[in-house]
Amino acid sequence: MSEKFDVIVVGAGPSGNAAAYTAAKAGLSVLQIERGEYPGSKNVQGAILYANALEQIIPDFRDDAPLERHIIEQRMWVLDDESFVGTHFRSDDYNKPPYNRYTIIRAQFDKWFSSKVKEAGALVICETTVECLLMDGDQVVGVRCDRQGGEVFADVVILADGVNSTLARKAGFHGEIQAGNVALAVKEILFMPQETIEARFNVKDEEGVVIEMFGKITDGLMGTGFLYTNRDSITLGVGCMLSDFKQNPNRTSPYAMLEKMKAHPSIAPMIAGGEMKEYCAHLIPEGGFHAVPKVFGNGWMIVGDSGGFVNAVHREGSNLAMTTGRLAAETAIAAKAAGKGFAAKQLAGYKSALDESFVMKDLHKYRDMPSVFHDNSQFFTTYPELVNRAARTMLTVDGIDKKTKEKEIFSSFRKSRSLAGLAGDAFKLWRAFR
Amino acid sequence: MHIVVCIKQVPDSAQIRVHPVTNTIMRQGVPAIVNPYDLFALEEALRLKDKFGGKVTMLCMGPPQAEDALKKCISFGADDAVLVTDRSFAGADTLATSYALAAAIRQIGKEQKVDIVFTGKQTIDGDTAQVGPGIAKRLGLQLLTYVSRIADLDLEKDTITVERRAEGGVQVLQTAVPCLITMLEGTNEMRFAPLENMIHAARYPVRKWNKEAAGIEDVTKIGLKGSPTVVSKVFGPTPRAEKALMQSVEDATPRDVSLNVIQKIFTQHPTLERDILAKASV
Repeated sequence: MSEKFDVIVVGAGPSGNAAAYTAAKAGLSVLQIERGEYPGSKNVQGAILYANALEQIIPDFRDDAPLERHIIEQRMWVLDDESFVGTHFRSDDYNKPPYNRYTIIRAQFDKWFSSKVKEAGALVICETTVECLLMDGDQVVGVRCDRQGGEVFADVVILADGVNSTLARKAGFHGEIQAGNVALAVKEILFMPQETIEARFNVKDEEGVVIEMFGKITDGLMGTGFLYTNRDSITLGVGCMLSDFKQNPNRTSPYAMLEKMKAHPSIAPMIAGGEMKEYCAHLIPEGGFHAVPKVFGNGWMIVGDSGGFVNAVHREGSNLAMTTGRLAAETAIAAKAAGKGFAAKQLAGYKSALDESFVMKDLHKYRDMPSVFHDNSQFFTTYPELVNRAARTMLTVDGIDKKTKEKEIFSSFRKSRSLAGLAGDAFKLWRAFR
Repeated sequence: MHIVVCIKQVPDSAQIRVHPVTNTIMRQGVPAIVNPYDLFALEEALRLKDKFGGKVTMLCMGPPQAEDALKKCISFGADDAVLVTDRSFAGADTLATSYALAAAIRQIGKEQKVDIVFTGKQTIDGDTAQVGPGIAKRLGLQLLTYVSRIADLDLEKDTITVERRAEGGVQVLQTAVPCLITMLEGTNEMRFAPLENMIHAARYPVRKWNKEAAGIEDVTKIGLKGSPTVVSKVFGPTPRAEKALMQSVEDATPRDVSLNVIQKIFTQHPTLERDILAKASV
């Protein structure tokens, strides 16, 4: 007879680790199964760690978690082919501990998180793929792995198997993922001596900078670019909706987009001399509110990327992952304590906890955002060009009076987008952000 | 029969970077793995156990994190695991390492007599192939290095017959047990652990021995103190002068992609095709 655990967690990313940690800490018997060689070996993220979500799980995580730099400056760039217009926000407030967010390298961070999961008492096994869920009627009762004697049982299975969400799909809990609901992101980690990073980005010690970029770098596709400073490396990447890549008439490939971005005259000097340490690509579920599937059922709950819990507008994902993982584990703990079984009815608390948390509130707030940007590529081509041209016109001193320059700028906007188009775009944006 | 398999946890050398300024190895973030050569030793030990019964005990010297490497060996089917770990072992070269491991094997032998000690051919980080022979010498065991096959083991007569890869051929050697075997790579294929073993390994309490528990008698022979090896110079490999070029191709099949890429390479290096053909015809 195979073993039975209280909880099986499939996957050892942020959501899986949060779930396994929370459940094990509460004394439940937990088996966590990870496909990669070690937790973090297969994981891809920018990555920014938002402290709050982790604080609620491991309050003193700062003592030993491998953190790269805390962010003291956020830059937002709108780029055309030669230039960018940007805003920088830097505050000494961000330099006061406890810091609010950090750059991290996931391979290291996840390994650390997993060591905490083991300390909490969960059993973690790697290099093992869960092939399918075991059902007893319509109740999930365990999983089957790709190893000999691979059946193992549990009261609750928490699905933290990532964006492709293969298990839930196989079990028929939701359908195929849609190209319009996922972004494809590519990134590189470039090694650079610490002193070089600190000189180039005007930071010291463990201070870091984040640059978010959008505009012509994505070739009219809906997406954004990013640059994060790590301790002795820089992470640089770009991502666009998969459906846009598919439909793009130029057939730009993701890596070509990244190469072009690296060659941009405003970006190239920042990364000059960087030696590539790592490159990777990953899907990000960016379908938002409308794409979140059914998140619980008889004996199962779904967390993190598998449930599409990503706030694409604010580039938040791992914090939603950890929060959903924690809430799912808390639901399992409560169900165990209540002793009334683990049918959907007993796990419904998970959904209400999600609804009450920032997770669903934020996703709801931006529910229309994906479709606004999706159908209106002018936000990624025309406007960035116009804004950059306007700045150039206004800031170039060439003997032309400023009033004439203003007129020129306004007419350039009018020429590219009709007045109705401009007003419509403004309205769409207002609606989407409201 | 009691077999001891010595392993080392090493940084995955495929992922190691050399620091461009200091030429030192950057270990940070590089995953630690079981020295791949040692896995051939472990599999061979497990096969002997399958055939003759008995017990396989794993032994490793290293920092506390090396416990993971030992647990992995438990998942493959080893019965017991000892981690010899103590700050005073730090900085050990092969001389000091073989001293410490030999002492630990003596301790293990007190619990149950050891018949065969296995090690890998060498480690991928040190590449010396000295620790195995060092242990054999210190324990007075027959030494069989670069073994490619165990042809026969006669437990009644206490003899073992092995094939050993040597220059220009294969030596067939027979000797008495107890002995120490360093196993050649590529000689067997590691098994895939069943789920039950994975769970058992995750739970397994690896025994941790400090220098006293490991039976170290002379502390001047371990760690940095016991290591006469001196690193006189560290230098990195010379980077290639030619930079990699990126080519984008649109072809549908792997065949067309490769033909297209080859065509592009030949266009960029006009003499290359001729040179290759000239060489091929010689």
